[in-house]
Amino acid sequence: MSSLSRDDVAHLAGLARIELSDDELDRMVGELGVILESVAKVQQAPTDGVAPMSHPMPLTNVTRPDVVRPSLGAAAVLAGAPEAEQERFSVPRILDED
Amino acid sequence: MSTVTADAVMDYDEAMTKFDPVMGLEVHVELHTATKMFCGCPTEFGAAPNSQVCPVCLGLPGALPVVNEKAVESAIRIGLALNCEIAQWCRFARKNYFYPDMPKNFQTSQYDEPIAFEGYLDVELEDGSTYRVEIERAHMEEDTGKSLHIGGATGRIHGADHSLVDYNRAGIPLIEIVTKPMVGAGERAPEVAKAYVSALRDLLRALDVSDVKMEQGSMRCDANVSLRPRVGEPTSEEQLAVPLGTRTETKNVNSLRSVERAVRYEISRHAAILDGGGTILQETRHWHEDTGITTSGRVKSDAEDYRYFPEPDLVPVAPTRETVETLRGTLPEPPGLRRKRLQSDWGYSDLEMRDVLNAGAVELIEETVAAGASAAAAKKWWLGEPSRRANAEGQDIVTYAAGLGLTPAHIAELDGLVAAGRLNDSMARQVLDGVLGGEGTPTAVADARGLELVQDDGALEAAVDKVIAANPDVADKIRDGKVAAAGALIGQVMKEMKGQADAGKARELILAKLQ
Repeated sequence: MSSLSRDDVAHLAGLARIELSDDELDRMVGELGVILESVAKVQQAPTDGVAPMSHPMPLTNVTRPDVVRPSLGAAAVLAGAPEAEQERFSVPRILDED
Repeated sequence: MSTVTADAVMDYDEAMTKFDPVMGLEVHVELHTATKMFCGCPTEFGAAPNSQVCPVCLGLPGALPVVNEKAVESAIRIGLALNCEIAQWCRFARKNYFYPDMPKNFQTSQYDEPIAFEGYLDVELEDGSTYRVEIERAHMEEDTGKSLHIGGATGRIHGADHSLVDYNRAGIPLIEIVTKPMVGAGERAPEVAKAYVSALRDLLRALDVSDVKMEQGSMRCDANVSLRPRVGEPTSEEQLAVPLGTRTETKNVNSLRSVERAVRYEISRHAAILDGGGTILQETRHWHEDTGITTSGRVKSDAEDYRYFPEPDLVPVAPTRETVETLRGTLPEPPGLRRKRLQSDWGYSDLEMRDVLNAGAVELIEETVAAGASAAAAKKWWLGEPSRRANAEGQDIVTYAAGLGLTPAHIAELDGLVAAGRLNDSMARQVLDGVLGGEGTPTAVADARGLELVQDDGALEAAVDKVIAANPDVADKIRDGKVAAAGALIGQVMKEMKGQADAGKARELILAKLQ
């Protein structure tokens, strides 16, 4: 298992829109590396003949009928917004990389 | 504000002598289910901002999504109508990205396990030939929120100070239908693109799974275009063997006409760049409806690293073969076959049928014929005054007629009055005018306006005698076999009768008396 590079961490931070200082980047390389090593141990478990799975229970086709249920209401929804304007979530300008 | 400058373009015909276009179309369709894909929030268009939002839409901690049964059925029906295989077992996946149009920081979609795959749609072109569009996949996902950009001069993203987001649309079921590379269309590529989106829209409408209103965004098209050197006929083996060029993806082309124009524009733009020795940048392009050009959007880069993984909160969808076959049984007659059947039932020529299709009057005529009118009369009346006025109002005929309360039953009634001999053609036009003016049913209008052919044959005969006596020279011509001259006499008879006579009957009488 190849270890995580500083560039990998910088790339991930970019994808997650998290700004990391140089010190933080260095620290995260180490911390994430430990996590990956731990996960790598799990990968040593004998899995020959075991199909990969994404869900622990063998359930399929759990659906609900197409029937309307009450929404929260705009006031309650916007109560969680850092800022709101015109009944909408106000967010910093987007796509400045555009 | 950056100024938009148009790129250089090559004349389309010249481009076609040098290059072979290849397209790929991605169409997003909002299903018109009552509720969202993963929660019970309503999907109604035009509701107050953020009034149709719940913890699942917002991805609040502890909220658990559950799949909408009807949305899965609709997805399967769409797949079947597109001649696709339906997956025995498939999962949803998280498409991770950080952008405020999704509060969860991911969009629930399908990645490498689409519900439907490997299909095709046969598309009829203007000249009656058929182009087969191969379908790569159709998968289920959810729509995103709607952003309003504040502070920019134009309300567009560029130059905005901040953005306001409404999550009512976030979570509405969406089906994304992706074609395989569409090759071999040659110079007809723009027409093929338009015809495909049009045929897809008809199909989805017939399936009754979506409003398919491109202007409201319930059906949206992204058009990928690339060019490769032209080495032979578009469908020749040599041409098909040439590797594909770099593509651009023009986003949100939201009318049939724009699909055709955007593809044509991108072909001309690519051709100018390639011909000048340049290279095409793989990027998204924004289509500008008003100016008919595209401008550069985002360059595809490692920003498009979505880290898909199976959605842990949703269990797999595994439709049984029985379910799939049951749904297959609910498929409507394919629109192309239905059109051919109706044309043959109605006895219309190709040209007549095209007029009816272009006017969007197929369903109206079908209902009018069902209400008892002849197919010829149904076409004549719908494509006449109502169609003309709808055009003048910039509306489609169905919306226009519904707004006025003009129904197929009215047209059938009008046709009935003519067939029964109560009205002649010009009277019927006056009656229709009254119905369009909101004066009531055809019979009521005819009664109110006193429109009725004189059924008194004695009065008509007297008028005919009078006119013959007043025009001895014309009468002689008719006696000599010049039947066409009767027209002059019929006009005078109608004048004598103040228009309240059956012109056909007057003609019969005149000829009977002079032959």
